[in-house]
Amino acid sequence: MRSDQTPWWVYVLLLVGGIIAPLVFPAYTTQIAFLWLMILFALTWDLVGGQMGYNSLGNIFFFGAGMYISAVVQIGMFTDVGTYTSARGGEQLVLGYWDYFSSMFVGSIAAALGCVIFAIILGWVMFGLRGPYFAIGTLGIALSARELAGTWEWIGGGSGIAMPVYPGYPDEKSLVFYALIFVLAILTFICVRWLYSTRFALAINAIRDDEVKAEAMGIHTWRHKTFAWAVSAFFLGISGALFGNLTGFVEPLEVAFPTITFGIFMVVMSLLGGKGTLWGPVIGATVFHIVKEVTWTYLLGWQWVALGLLIIINVVFFQQGIMGWMQQKWPERFGVRVDKRMSKEAREGST
Amino acid sequence: MISLEVKNVSKSYGGVVANSNVSLEVPEGSITGLIGPNGSGKTTLFNSIVGFHPIDSGSIAFEGQEISRFRVQQIARLGLLRTFQQTRIYDKMNCVENLLISVPHRNEGLRNMFGSYSSGLIDKAEHLLEFVGLYQKRHLISGDLSFGQQKLLEFAMALMNEPKVLLLDEPTAGINPTLINGLIDRLKRANSEFGITLFVIEHNMRVIMNLAKSIYCLAHGELLVHGTPDEIQNDQRVIDAYLGAH
Repeated sequence: MRSDQTPWWVYVLLLVGGIIAPLVFPAYTTQIAFLWLMILFALTWDLVGGQMGYNSLGNIFFFGAGMYISAVVQIGMFTDVGTYTSARGGEQLVLGYWDYFSSMFVGSIAAALGCVIFAIILGWVMFGLRGPYFAIGTLGIALSARELAGTWEWIGGGSGIAMPVYPGYPDEKSLVFYALIFVLAILTFICVRWLYSTRFALAINAIRDDEVKAEAMGIHTWRHKTFAWAVSAFFLGISGALFGNLTGFVEPLEVAFPTITFGIFMVVMSLLGGKGTLWGPVIGATVFHIVKEVTWTYLLGWQWVALGLLIIINVVFFQQGIMGWMQQKWPERFGVRVDKRMSKEAREGST
Repeated sequence: MISLEVKNVSKSYGGVVANSNVSLEVPEGSITGLIGPNGSGKTTLFNSIVGFHPIDSGSIAFEGQEISRFRVQQIARLGLLRTFQQTRIYDKMNCVENLLISVPHRNEGLRNMFGSYSSGLIDKAEHLLEFVGLYQKRHLISGDLSFGQQKLLEFAMALMNEPKVLLLDEPTAGINPTLINGLIDRLKRANSEFGITLFVIEHNMRVIMNLAKSIYCLAHGELLVHGTPDEIQNDQRVIDAYLGAH
C-alpha cells in the first residue's frame, strides 16, 4: 500500500557508493563491510520490532545460530566435527578455492534454513508473550544459547571452532567478503522493501497497533508474526555464516552471540533511525556506525560514554528517531494531509 | 431464520457471576438491541459470543454451527464481528490503511499475504469512509482523530469486513448529539442496504428504541425481559432495574 517514494537517484547513489567505497578507501574495506552488516541488522530487527511491534532483544540468536550451523556444515563436509573441535581451535582446515566457496555456500544455505526452522519453533512458544515479556523472553533465548554453545563440546565449547582458512591473500579476502556482505544487505533491503508494499505490511502494522483488534477482525496473526520473524532469521542466519568465515574463528561469547554489542546495537540503530520506517534502520545504522568508528578511533576509552550519550539523546529528545522526527515536522511530505473535498464525486467532478 | 442463538450461557469470573443462564436469539436481517444497567453483563455476553473467553456452560450457535469453542479469529472469519466499547483502531496507520487491512480474511491463502491492493479495493475503502463522513480525513493518522471520529472509523472498518452479523458495543457513546442522528441513519442503512444483521448494546434509550425492533434487557447477569421497544419502555421491571430497585 505505502509505495516507496524514494527518488531513483538515491538507489543509484547507494549502489555506486557501495561498489566504489572499498576501491576508494581500501584501508577501510572491513569497516565499510561492517556498516552493511549493521544495516542488515537494523533492517531485520525493524521488521519484527518496528513494523510489528515485537521488540526482540534476542535476534542476535539467529546470527550466532547461523554462524554455528554453517561452521558445523562446512567442516563436516571435509572432516569429522568432533575430532576437529577436540583440538580446541588448534587445528585449521586448509582448502582450495572451489572447496572453500562451495562449502561456504552450502553452509550459508543451511544456516538460513536452520534459522528459519528455529524462528518457527521459537515463534510458536515466544509469540504467546507480548510487550516487555517478549523482549525479556527473547533475551533469555540469546543468553541461554550462548551458555549452551559454551558447554557443548562437540561444537568446540568455550574454546570455539576455527573456520577453514581463506585460500587467497588477506586483501583479497576482505574484498570478497565485502562484496558478499554488501550483496546480502542489498538483498535484505529489496526483500523488506517489497514486503512493505504488500498486504503483509499492513497486517503486521495492525498487529503492532492493536493485536486484540487484529484478532477480532480475523487477521491470521500467528501466520504473519511467524513469517516476519522467519524472514528476519533467514537473513541474520546468512549474515552469521558470512561473519564467521570472515572472522575465521567462532566462539560463543564475543563472536557468535555478542548480546550486549551487536544484539543491542540492532535495537539502538533502529530506534535512532526511526523504527517502523523503511529508511530509518538504514539511516540509523549509518549514523550509529560512523559515530561508533569515530569514537573508537579518536576517543578511545570514552567510546561507550559517547554511545551512551547518543542513546540518551535519542530516547529523551528524538523518541521517534530521525525518520519519525522528519515525518512529524513535514507530515505533508509523507502523505498526511486533509482533503478539501468532502466526497469522491467532488474530486471526479469540476474540482 | 435465526442467525445467532445463545442458549443458557453462564460465565463467572472467580466468584462474580457475570452471566447466568442467558438465552437469546438474533434473527437474520434484524436489528436487535441489548440493554441493561452498568455491570449487568452485556459486554461479557458479547465477549463470550465472539470467543474472547471460554464460557462456563451453555451453547452459542452461529447460523446453526456451534461456535462456543472456536477462537476469536475463526469466529471473525465466519462473519460474526464485533466492535469495542473502548474504540479500537490501528492508531498509527491512516484511515484508508485501517480500512484496507479490514478486508474479510475468510478464504485467505498464503499467497494473499503478499498481494497488493487493487484500485477497486481502495475505491471501496474511500466509499465507506465517505459513508461515515471521514472522506476528507482519510490520509490522516487515525490516532489523531477525535474519539467520535475514531468510533465512526471503527464502524467503517467493520463494514469493510463484510460481516453477516455485527455486534456493536455502544456505537453512539462519545458521539455528539447532532452526529448521533446521522449514525442511527447509517446503522439502519448498513442493515437494509448491506444486509448486515445488527446486535447492538446501547445505553442511549432514544437510540435503541428508534433502532431495534426487538430488545433484550439484562440485569445482574440474568435476562430480565424481552420485547418490542414499547413493551420494554413500559415494563416496570426494566424501570426498577435501571433505578436500582433490585
